[in-house]
Amino acid sequence: MTRTLSQPQPSSIPLFTADFWQETFALTRRWFIQLQRRPTTLLVGIIQPLLWLILFGALFQNAPAGIFGAGQNYTQFLGAGVIVFTAFGGALNAGVPVIFDREFGFLNRLLVAPLTSRFSIVLASSLFIVSLALVQTMVIIGADYALGAGIPNGSGLAVVVLIVGLLVLGFTALSLGLAFAMPGHQQLLALIFLVNLPLIFSSTALAPLSFMPSWLRWVASLNPLTFAIEPIRHLYRNSDWSFTDVVLQAPWGDLTLAGSLGLLAGFVVVSVILVQNVLRKGLA
Amino acid sequence: MSDTPAISVQQLQKRYGSTVAVADVSFQVQPGQIYGVLGPNGAGKTTTLHCICTLLRPDAGQVEVCGIPVQENPKAVREKLGFVAQEVALDKVLTGRELLQLQADIYHMPRPLAQERITAVLQLLDLTDRADERTGTYSGGLRKRLDLAAGLLHQPQVLVLDEPTVGLDIQSRLVIWDFLRQLKAMGITVLLSSHYLEEIDLLADRVAIIDRGTVIAEGTPEELKARVGGERITVKLQEFAPKELAERGAQLLQSLPFVQKVLINSAQGNALNLVVQRNGEDPLNAIRSHLQAHGLEVFSSSQSRPSLDDVYLAATGQTLLDAELAAAEANLGKKKK
Ligand SMILES: Nc1ncnc2c1ncn2[C@@H]1O[C@H](COP(=O)(O)OP(=O)(O)OP(=O)(O)O)[C@@H](O)[C@H]1O
Ligand SMILES: [Mg+2]
Repeated sequence: MTRTLSQPQPSSIPLFTADFWQETFALTRRWFIQLQRRPTTLLVGIIQPLLWLILFGALFQNAPAGIFGAGQNYTQFLGAGVIVFTAFGGALNAGVPVIFDREFGFLNRLLVAPLTSRFSIVLASSLFIVSLALVQTMVIIGADYALGAGIPNGSGLAVVVLIVGLLVLGFTALSLGLAFAMPGHQQLLALIFLVNLPLIFSSTALAPLSFMPSWLRWVASLNPLTFAIEPIRHLYRNSDWSFTDVVLQAPWGDLTLAGSLGLLAGFVVVSVILVQNVLRKGLA
Repeated sequence: MSDTPAISVQQLQKRYGSTVAVADVSFQVQPGQIYGVLGPNGAGKTTTLHCICTLLRPDAGQVEVCGIPVQENPKAVREKLGFVAQEVALDKVLTGRELLQLQADIYHMPRPLAQERITAVLQLLDLTDRADERTGTYSGGLRKRLDLAAGLLHQPQVLVLDEPTVGLDIQSRLVIWDFLRQLKAMGITVLLSSHYLEEIDLLADRVAIIDRGTVIAEGTPEELKARVGGERITVKLQEFAPKELAERGAQLLQSLPFVQKVLINSAQGNALNLVVQRNGEDPLNAIRSHLQAHGLEVFSSSQSRPSLDDVYLAATGQTLLDAELAAAEANLGKKKK
C-alpha cells in the first residue's frame, strides 16, 4: 500500500531554509547510523575495489608496455576505471533501501510529514552515497599508489573529488527516481543488474577506445562513465594538467577536461529534473 | 473552538485500476471526538484514511482537515495531522529514541523542544526503559507503542490511527485504549479504524460503518443500536428443550404485543431468541408471567442490548464475522489465480 501522491510542489527547491536542511540532515543521519551498525557493508565496499585493482591488474601484467597509453602500465590505467565504476555501483544501488522503505511503509512516515520538499529524501541519499564513494575513492587512490601507479597532484585530487561527486549525484538521482517509479524491488534490482555491467563494459573503464570496434567507440564516448574516467586518467598521467587539455579523442570530436566536467554537470541537471518530475507526479 | 469539523469527507471515491476500494464515503468528525470507522477486511478503511492523510489522491469527492482542503493544500494538512499506519514500519537498526528524533526533525522541531517532547511521549507510552535499544529487538506491542508515540510527537490536532490494536494481545490493547482516552482528554481529535466491534463501541463517540467502500450506517453507537431497535432476550424453557415445547413457547410469546420477533435457536438447545421493544416495564417479568399463566416455566434467561454487529447485520444481512470470512475466502481465491 505504497501508492502515494504528492501535490504539484513549487518546482524550486527551498535549498536555503533551515527546515530543509534539518530534514535533510536527519534523513542523512539515518543512513550513516545504519552504516555504522552494519559495518560489513562498508568493509565489502572497500575490499571489493581493491580486489578488482589487484586481479585486473594482474590479468594484464604482461601486456606489452605502452599499449594503454604512453608511459602507462595497466595498474595506472585501471585505477581511474576502478574509482569510477566503484562509485557508479554505489550510486546505482542508492534506490534500493528507498524502495524497501516504500514497500515496508517507512516512506509513508516521511510522506505524511510536512517536509519542505520531498527532494530532501533524494538529497539525503545523495549526500550519503557521495560520502561513501569519496571514502572508497581515497582508499583506491592510496592502494593504486602503493601498487606503483603514482598519484594525481593536489589540485588534481580536488578535481577527482569533483568528478566523482558529480557522477555519483547523477546516478543516485536516477536510481532514486526509479525507486519511486518502479512497481517493486524485484523490478528495480533486475534493472540495476541489467544496466550495471553493460555500462561499465561500454565505457573506457577496462580498455581504451583504441581497442574497440567503431560502434562501441561511439557508445563508449557517449557513456557518462567515460566522461568521468578519462579526465581522472588524464590527471593521473599529467602533473602539469590544465582544464583545456584534451582528455579523450572521441569519434565525434575532442573532449577537454573542462568539457567533460560540463557534460557531467549536465548529466546531473538532467537526472535531477527527471527525479523532480517523478516526485511531482506523485511517486506513483 | 470553531464549529469547523476536524475532518470532513464528502462523497469520497477511490479506485485501484478496476477495483473500487471506496465507492461513496461521507462523514464528519467534530473537534475533540473519537471517531470510529468500522468495517470488515477490504471494506476500504485504509484507503479512506490514506486519502485523508494526503497519501492518496481521491478520484472524486472532497476531503478537508480543520477546514483545509487536502488536495489543494496538502502541506498545511500534514502540519495538523498525525498518522499511525496499520502496519508498523520502523527502522530496525535505529533505537526508539533515534526514530523519535528523526520524527522530530521531519516536523522541524527545535532540538530542546524535541528532547522535551521525546521524554514526554516515551513516558506516556511507557517506553522509557527500552528507548535506547534498537527497535529490531522490540515485541509487537512495543513496536506499536513506539509508532503511536511517533505519531503523537508533534502534538497534532488530529490523530489518524489505522487499526491501532490489530494483532495485539489484550494487555497491549488495554494500554492503547487507555492512551486513546488520554488523547481525548487532551482535546485531540482521533479518527480510528477497526474491525473490532467492542473497541469502537467502547471508545468512539461516533462511528461510520463501511462495507464494500460505502457507508452503510453513521451515528453514535447508541443511536445506531437504538435504530435497529429492541433488546435481545434469550429464554430457555429447559436446558435442552424438546422441539414441540420450544415451538409452543414461541407461539405464546409471539402473541405478546412488545415481542417483535422470536427465533428458535437449535444451536443453543432450542432456546428462544427474542427481539423485544421495551416500553417502560421490564419485559422479562411479563414474559415470565405470560409463560407461567400457560403452564410453562422459564429455566434460564438472559438479556442484552443490540450490538453494533446487529447494526451491521440489519444493514447487510450478514454478520461482521461472516463478512470477514467471505473476504478471507475471496482473497485466497485471488491468490490462487
Ligand atoms: N495498492 C492497491 N492496489 C490494488 N488494490 C488495492 C490496493 N490497496 C487496497 N486495494 C483493494 O482495495 C480494497 C480496499 O482496501 P483497504 O486496504 O482500504 O481495506 P481495509 O478496510 O483497510 O481492509 P483491512 O481491514 O484488511 O485493512 C480491497 O479490495 C483491496 O484489495
Ligand atoms: Mg486496512
